[in-house]
This record gives sequence, C-alpha cells and structure tokens, in this order.
Amino acid sequence: MARITITEGKPERPHLTGAASAVLDVRDLHVSFRTEEGVVQAVRGVDLEVYEQEILGIVGESGSGKSVTMLAVMSLLPKTAKVTGSALFRGEELLGLKPRQARAYRGSKIAMIFQDPLTALNPVHRVGVQIAEAITAHDPKRRREEVQRRVVELLDLVGIPQPDLRARQYPHEFSGGMRQRAMIAMAIANDPDVLIADEPTTALDVTIQAQILEVLKTVQEATRTAIVLITHDLGVIARLATRVQVMYAGRTAEIAGTEELFARPRHPYTSGLLRSLPKLDRTGDERLVPIPGSPPSMLAPPPGCAFHTRCPYAQELCHQEVPPLRPIEFEQLAACHFADDLDLRVESSE
Amino acid sequence: MADTPAIRAGADGGTFRAVPPDTAVPSELGAPGNQNLAPGPTTVLGSGGPASRKPLSPGRLAWRRFRRHKAAMVSAVVLILLSIFVMFPGLLTDWGPNEGTGVRLEGPSSDHWFGTDTISRDMLSRVLHGGQISLQVGLAVAIVAAVIGTVVGVVAGYYGGVLDNLLMRVTDLFLALPLLIALIIMGRLPQRQAWAETLIGPIGSVRSIVTILSLFFWMGMARIVRGVVLSLKEKEYVEAARALGASDLRIMARHLVPNCAGAIVVTVTLNVAAAIITESTLSFLGFGVQSATTPTWGNMLNGVEGYTRTAPHLVWFPGLAIIITVLCVNFLGDGLRDALDPKQRKEA
Repeated sequence: MARITITEGKPERPHLTGAASAVLDVRDLHVSFRTEEGVVQAVRGVDLEVYEQEILGIVGESGSGKSVTMLAVMSLLPKTAKVTGSALFRGEELLGLKPRQARAYRGSKIAMIFQDPLTALNPVHRVGVQIAEAITAHDPKRRREEVQRRVVELLDLVGIPQPDLRARQYPHEFSGGMRQRAMIAMAIANDPDVLIADEPTTALDVTIQAQILEVLKTVQEATRTAIVLITHDLGVIARLATRVQVMYAGRTAEIAGTEELFARPRHPYTSGLLRSLPKLDRTGDERLVPIPGSPPSMLAPPPGCAFHTRCPYAQELCHQEVPPLRPIEFEQLAACHFADDLDLRVESSE
Repeated sequence: MADTPAIRAGADGGTFRAVPPDTAVPSELGAPGNQNLAPGPTTVLGSGGPASRKPLSPGRLAWRRFRRHKAAMVSAVVLILLSIFVMFPGLLTDWGPNEGTGVRLEGPSSDHWFGTDTISRDMLSRVLHGGQISLQVGLAVAIVAAVIGTVVGVVAGYYGGVLDNLLMRVTDLFLALPLLIALIIMGRLPQRQAWAETLIGPIGSVRSIVTILSLFFWMGMARIVRGVVLSLKEKEYVEAARALGASDLRIMARHLVPNCAGAIVVTVTLNVAAAIITESTLSFLGFGVQSATTPTWGNMLNGVEGYTRTAPHLVWFPGLAIIITVLCVNFLGDGLRDALDPKQRKEA
C-alpha cells in the first residue's frame, strides 16, 4: 500500500510532521476462529498505525473486527483463534510471543480498559489493592509506601475525590462512573505507551459518559500515552479522537482525520453511519437514514466489497473486486472503487 | 482537569448534589446497577445505616447476613460450647477416658452423668475425649480435602481443555470407587506394606484415618470449585487482570480462589459433617481408630449393639454427640451459604 506524501503538518497531529513514528504498527492482520458452523473470518487483512500520543478512534458495528484486532495485539485471543500478519510495537513483533513475553508487554507497554466497569473490578479486593497489584505485577520490588503513594496519585488523576479514602473501599462502594475511573487508573498505572479503550463508555449512562471521556483526555495529556478508542458511537469519536479508522466486516473501510471524516466521508459506509446519527440542529421533519440490511455473516463474507450488499452506489465491479485501501485526499484513505467520484457529504451547506 | 472533583462525584452518582469535598462519600453513592454484584450495599443499608465510614468489606457484609440466620447462630454457639468442653474435659469430669471406676454398666447418675460402660469406664469422659478425635478428624479431613479439591478444581476450570478433562476423569474415578471398601482396604495396607505405614501411619492411628479419608473427600470440592471457576473466568476482571499482565498463577490465586471462598467455606463445613459420620462408621465397623487406647464417637458404638435394652445409655450418648454435631455443622454450612452467596437464597 502506497504511503501518502506528507505536505503540511498540523500541530495536534505530530505524526504528520514526520517527527513522531508509529508506536504500534499492524500489517495485514488476519484473525479467524474455527467454530462448529465453519470458519469465522473476524479480521481479514487490517493495517493499522497508532502514532505517539494520538487518540485514534476505531469505529464499526459489532462483528466488524475492531475489538478482535486489538485483542490480537494484546495476545488476549483464545487459543482457538488463528492469527497471521504482523503487529510491531516500536519495531518489535508482538504476534507469536511466548506467554511470558506477552505478559511483560501487557499492562506495562500496552494497557486496556474494558467495557463494563461493574464486572471489571474484582469484588473481593479493595480498589487500592487492585491498582497496586497492577503496579507490582510488573515491578514486584517497588516499596509498599511508594506503591501506595502512586495509587492515591493515580486515583486523584482520574478525578476520584478523597483518593486515599476511596483506595481503601471496595468496588461495590463505587458507582459505575467511579469504577470506570478506577479502571482507567489501573490501566495507566505503569505509564503505558498505548492505552486501548474498548467501548469505555457504552455501559455508562450519558452524563457519566461525557465525564469519562473528559478523564481519558486528561489522562492522555498527563501521561502522553496514545489512546486507541474502540467504539460504535461516532459522538464519542467526535469528542475525543484525532484520527479515525472505520472498519466493516473485518476490513478497513476508511481512515481519515476526524474533521475530514465528518466533513466529507469517502466511503459509503462511513456516510451511512453519519446519516444515522441524530443531530440536535436538524429540522424536525428530517428523518434519520438507517443503513439498509444487516452486517454480513463472517462465516461467508460476500465477495468483492463486503459492503456492496447494503451500498446504494454498488456497481457490478463491487461484486467482483475487493477495493484496495488507497489514498483519496490528503491523509484520507478509503476502500471504495468510486471514492473519487462520489460526493458523500452529509451536510452540503458547509 | 476543568471542573472540580467534588461536583464530579455528585454527578457520578447521578444525583448532582453539592457534595463538599471534605465529607465522606457514603456507600449509597453506588446505588445504580449495584444489584449485579453479590455483596450489594442495598441489602445492608436498612440494618447498618449509611453513616458508617468504615469500609464495608465483603466479610463484614456476610457477617451481617449470617447473624440473621437463627439456626446457624444457635448451631455456632452449640458448636463453640461443645468444642470448649471437648478440648477441656476436666471442666465436667475428673475421670480419665481409660480409667476404671469400679462400677459396670451403671446408668446416668450424679457421679457419672452419662453412666459407665461395659468395663466400668466413665462414659462422659469417653464422649468428651472421643469428641477430640472426631472433631479433629472432621476438621483435618475437610481442610486437607479442601486444599486438594480447590487446586484440582481451579486448575481444571481455569485451563480447561485436555487438562480439565484429565483431572475431571480422575475425579470421576475416585467417585466411582465404593467408599467403604476402598477405605477399609487402604486402612489395612500398612499391615503388609512398609511403605504404606511410613506414608499414612500405623493401622488405626488418627493420622492414617485422616490421610485415607482426605483421599476420598476432595472430589466434591473439586467439582464445585471447577464449576464456580468456569463462570468466574468469564468475568471481565479476570480478562482485565490478564490485560494488566498478571500471570496465570496470580490470576488463580488472587482473583479466582478468593471469589470461590463462599463455595469453598460452605463445602468445607458440609465435608466436616460427612467426615465425622464416615469416621464414625469406620470406627463402628472396627476399621477406624483403635478403641482400646483412643475413644471416638464411632468406636464407642462398636460392640454395644447387645446392650440397647439393658444399658441404652451406651448407645445414646455417643450417638447423640454425633447427631448434634453433624446437625449443627450442617446448619452452620447453611447459614454460611446464605451469608456468603446471597443470590442463592431461597426465601426472600
């Protein structure tokens, strides 16, 4: 795949200046699971780059392969998964690591936040102890008082009031939002270079979602970690991500800067997602446009462009040939045969 | 951070109260969604009051629920009293367990509260001393079996696959052996094999009984723990621990076993009762602890079948001791089950 030539740099996207490199570089990742019904091809050749200190959003429906991609990077997939391709962390291969080596990466270099904070904390241990454990798992020789200080500091960073008191409490004494903050504290305990947030706000109610996103932003600024934000919520992407990778049926549909993506999507699937998003400034009689049909079965994904079954612009070519992911515009890549010709802007007024 | 932590705290609970930063945030903040978790504070607030600032540990919550279980509380008191008297028989009687009193087959009297036996020994003293062995055997077997069963169960449940299959088939094999026959044959092994004597101790010794019984009491524990682990390992905190780089051993020891604690404790109490019964059965049949030197509740019943009419107290007192102890232990286990696993409660 041809890399796009970089012509100008924006300060908030350091990688464009050429100064920052990809901290995580996934190439041609394939993941499949053997099930009783057949082989499920969850990820079918995904390239993904995460640059230093950026917030990359990964969007897609359930089953689009977004979580599986990141679990593969973390070596957290079950043994039944067949993984091929490459995932380089600062030049070192992550796929096929021995369990012991993989463990050394997990939590210290690459950390993860999970969807449901209610079950992600162990109910029998104090919250502070669990965060301390995240530290001592990688650095068993750290002095206890030092670890304790760090725990309080972390809880404070994620905006938990009275962190020293809260550290001694049990998860059931925390609200959902507080637990997710504690999970974030745990994930950043070892100053990871990449923080993977898998649907971090999905299980929370709306007012708290905004707070958690704010916490993630704060954390990103304080620790300078790169964040990979997995979500199906474009609203979350708009608030936080600097760059977006849209996934569909185990492949990448589009990669673009957040602004560019919202201003002018280049893949019909992306524009479909945007059209189905409610907007407050829309007039009353304007209806949301759903994407027709349902996502394809990954047991037998459709030939050609996987989206052709639901795409209003689909041509004969789409049924036969897989569109390559190619640069369309400055820093915008799309996997659509007609990306150059289609005008998919959702709001033409801008 | 843009806004102040205090305002965020209020918003998180969904209440938007103005919480001054120096007041304690009480546990009621965790109201929404907390029902999903076993030790939810909602069940406790009524009795405990929201003002308590001490962290409500799962153990503390369990104790509160246990206190409400009357039968279990009574049983606990009975068992504690029984243990005290059994540990210090001198509190109730001056006779030794193998000491002749000079009177044979006397019924209960002020001198001998439980009467005397066929060779004129004080029954009360023998019941109390016998209790030492019975309780010891019960506890020791249950604990040793718990260790074996927990290790087998956690390893089988956590790793799954071939290892799980192998361990569970071994468990099935042990369950398939006829218990009494296996126990009796194993108990006689030291007679012929010197290695068996060094391994499990001489025939009829307490050590040999504990060893042999333990070998046949871990299977239930293994199955229960495996079952709990199978559901626990799907929890996100296990996945989260793995994502944090925790080793398998750490996940099993720090996350899985503590969360099995409820099931383990309940099974241990039930095993105590079962082990006491089995020891009594073995001793009654004459294959247990040697009655000449060491009384146990079981071997006291050995050979007294002929006296049920003439001297029924020979049967009554050791029998009652077994029944009361086993009943109380079972009630205790029941209470612990309710306290440690509130989701399984049948009544409201």
